[in-house]
Amino acid sequence: METRFPGYSTLAKRDTPSWNDATRTVIDKRLDHPPPRRFFTPEEWPTLLALCDRIIPQTAEPKVPIANFVDAKMANDEGDGYRRANLPTMQEMWRRGLAATDAEARLRFGAAFVDLPAGRQDDVLHAIQAGDVRASAWADVPAKDFFKSRVLHDVVAIYYAHPRAWDEMGFGGPASPRGYVRMGFDRRDPWDAVERKRDA
Amino acid sequence: MPEIVPEMPRGKHGRAPDALRPGGWVPMKEYDDNEEVDFAIVGTGAGGATLAARLAESGFSVVAFDAGAWFRPLEEFASDETEQTKLFWLDERVIEGEEAFALGRRNSGKAVGGSTVHFMMVALRFRPEWFKSRTKLGYGVDWPVDWREMWRYYDQVEDALKIAGPVNYPWGPPRPRYPYRAHEVNAAGLVLARGCEKLGIKWAPTPLATVSAPRGLSPPCVYRGFCGVGCATNAKQSALVVWLPRALAAGAEVRDLAMVGRVEVNQHGRARGVQYHREGKWRFQKARNVVVAGYAIETPRLLLNSACTQFPDGLANRNGLVGKYFMTQSNDAVWGLMDEEIRWYKGPPSMALTEHWNYTDEGKDFFGGYVYMSQGPLPIEWAGAVAGERGLWGEDLKAAMAGYIHQAGLKICGEVMPREENRVTLAEEKDQYGLPVAKVTFSYCDNDNRLRQHALRQMRQAMRAVNATDLWDSPSTAHLNGGCRMGDDPRTSVVNADGRSWDIPNLWVCDGSLFPTIGGVNPSLTIQALALRAGDRIKTMAARGELSR
Repeated sequence: METRFPGYSTLAKRDTPSWNDATRTVIDKRLDHPPPRRFFTPEEWPTLLALCDRIIPQTAEPKVPIANFVDAKMANDEGDGYRRANLPTMQEMWRRGLAATDAEARLRFGAAFVDLPAGRQDDVLHAIQAGDVRASAWADVPAKDFFKSRVLHDVVAIYYAHPRAWDEMGFGGPASPRGYVRMGFDRRDPWDAVERKRDA
Repeated sequence: MPEIVPEMPRGKHGRAPDALRPGGWVPMKEYDDNEEVDFAIVGTGAGGATLAARLAESGFSVVAFDAGAWFRPLEEFASDETEQTKLFWLDERVIEGEEAFALGRRNSGKAVGGSTVHFMMVALRFRPEWFKSRTKLGYGVDWPVDWREMWRYYDQVEDALKIAGPVNYPWGPPRPRYPYRAHEVNAAGLVLARGCEKLGIKWAPTPLATVSAPRGLSPPCVYRGFCGVGCATNAKQSALVVWLPRALAAGAEVRDLAMVGRVEVNQHGRARGVQYHREGKWRFQKARNVVVAGYAIETPRLLLNSACTQFPDGLANRNGLVGKYFMTQSNDAVWGLMDEEIRWYKGPPSMALTEHWNYTDEGKDFFGGYVYMSQGPLPIEWAGAVAGERGLWGEDLKAAMAGYIHQAGLKICGEVMPREENRVTLAEEKDQYGLPVAKVTFSYCDNDNRLRQHALRQMRQAMRAVNATDLWDSPSTAHLNGGCRMGDDPRTSVVNADGRSWDIPNLWVCDGSLFPTIGGVNPSLTIQALALRAGDRIKTMAARGELSR
């Protein structure tokens, strides 16, 4: 997909008054030190990578290592502050969900999820999202809940914590201490993204 | 994992961090655990910090506890949603019920200053009739306080926080001018304004607890838009920068990273102090009075976890009402795309509002009211809604996200009816301190759903009136209240109008859990008004010798 904000980079503002030291520390760490795999097994890992690729397709290199951050969240058991009484823990949801996703792929298309072409992978994911699943592995983990409260919730939060995601959407990015001045309709501060004319 | 988090307590050795100066310290009085202080206060948010300041300024000895860390925003707050989750209460809680809702982020803070460190600063008064909603409007239950008295305390809170608001507020009885001028309304707010004007209803710039001109060491708001994850400039007038410095200056002690696990009672059935966990061990602070101010989940949880032989069902719970009548507010939204660039990430998230449906009773098929406000979600929050509620992922998600700077939205704070079955109880599982975690049960009733549907129809109409396209809506909830409701009758309430337990006269509650009804506005101003009122009442009662031991 062609970017709506050509040449825009929130990261280019790193050394401007839009970033404070705390922000530089945090974002530098995120970009320079993606966490190593610790939680998921070598068997689970390729499925997770393939899944992340379908939820957030990435063409630019290097890719945002989404799976590594999902792994870190699980390894550190960084909960969200709540758990539905009828659902397994976050870590169990991921483990069982990945296994069930793979089982669903094998049942429908006779191959591991990771070995399916993208279109087939999407078919599997749409079925999981709709709760229209057949694999028995889903008995231990409700498909719709897995997809919404784990896959979408975790993967999306990780990708949109990355400056590249901010660039794609024209978000101003970090903004302390400078903040913004121009507030009204169609007002752009000089440090805001320039949008490509939509009809151009 | 957040990168910048104090791991050791900072409020120690006669000093406390100065939230307003990088690396700064201020002197702090310290009490020995064995010294019986006048008040031990559990929690330093809108309720606890405000009361701590009032009591300390009235000459009482006060020690306040907070489970969270004591931050210096200028050097420790990043412009980053992920890092700033360090402000949220993310310890496990169990949820159930038809509308079991997400906890732990926007609705519960874990930091010195409580949820005011990440609140959206919306500073609204209750409609006067809400204090007598049963008598005057036919629903819910009456509050045990008079609206005129509450309005006098609203004046005080608005002045203490230097609320920036419009010269004339369009709804309700006359009120004083807001202390600071209103902020310039951003484009997201102007979308709301246009919509209201098309619909023929009033709107106003939102009265906000972020300064529009310099105030002491707080600079005017720079509109960076990260308010919901903590203000890095200290423009926000949170408890961390307003009430706690006042409390410290007046001689209160504040203990950070101090989790209170139990309120202890003596053989006479009076509170005698609190068990708290700090620096790896359990300690006990003696106190003549204990105030629980942990917000609507942690307050009932602590009272229930403090069960003992004399009070086997928990403290202040002889009538079994602790944890019950728990409320949230419906937070449904309508989103749409505008032709213009809106760039709703600039400025506080909700810069314009209409309280039309709080103050109008005609044409409603439901009890209660709602405000709706303009919106400005940051990327993770926005993507979470687009993916989670709209179900988009893959290229569809990316395409939707690319419209971010043209997006606008309206969202309610909707009144939810107080119902006994919505409640906080204890779960089987334990937290890192070995304490049973809270279980929160919630569902909407028919009235709540009629209110939500009405609001969605109104907001869709408003968005269509400004030619917004691609409309969709999303459900959510905001704020937590009730669970230890105040009242005039010991049979139907947990505490009286002063927050004083009917069962244990030196045990008090001072936070949002007091609310008998929740109203259709954000609760922080009312929590602070109640805290100031409680502080004044305590002072009066003490002078009359009515705070018996």
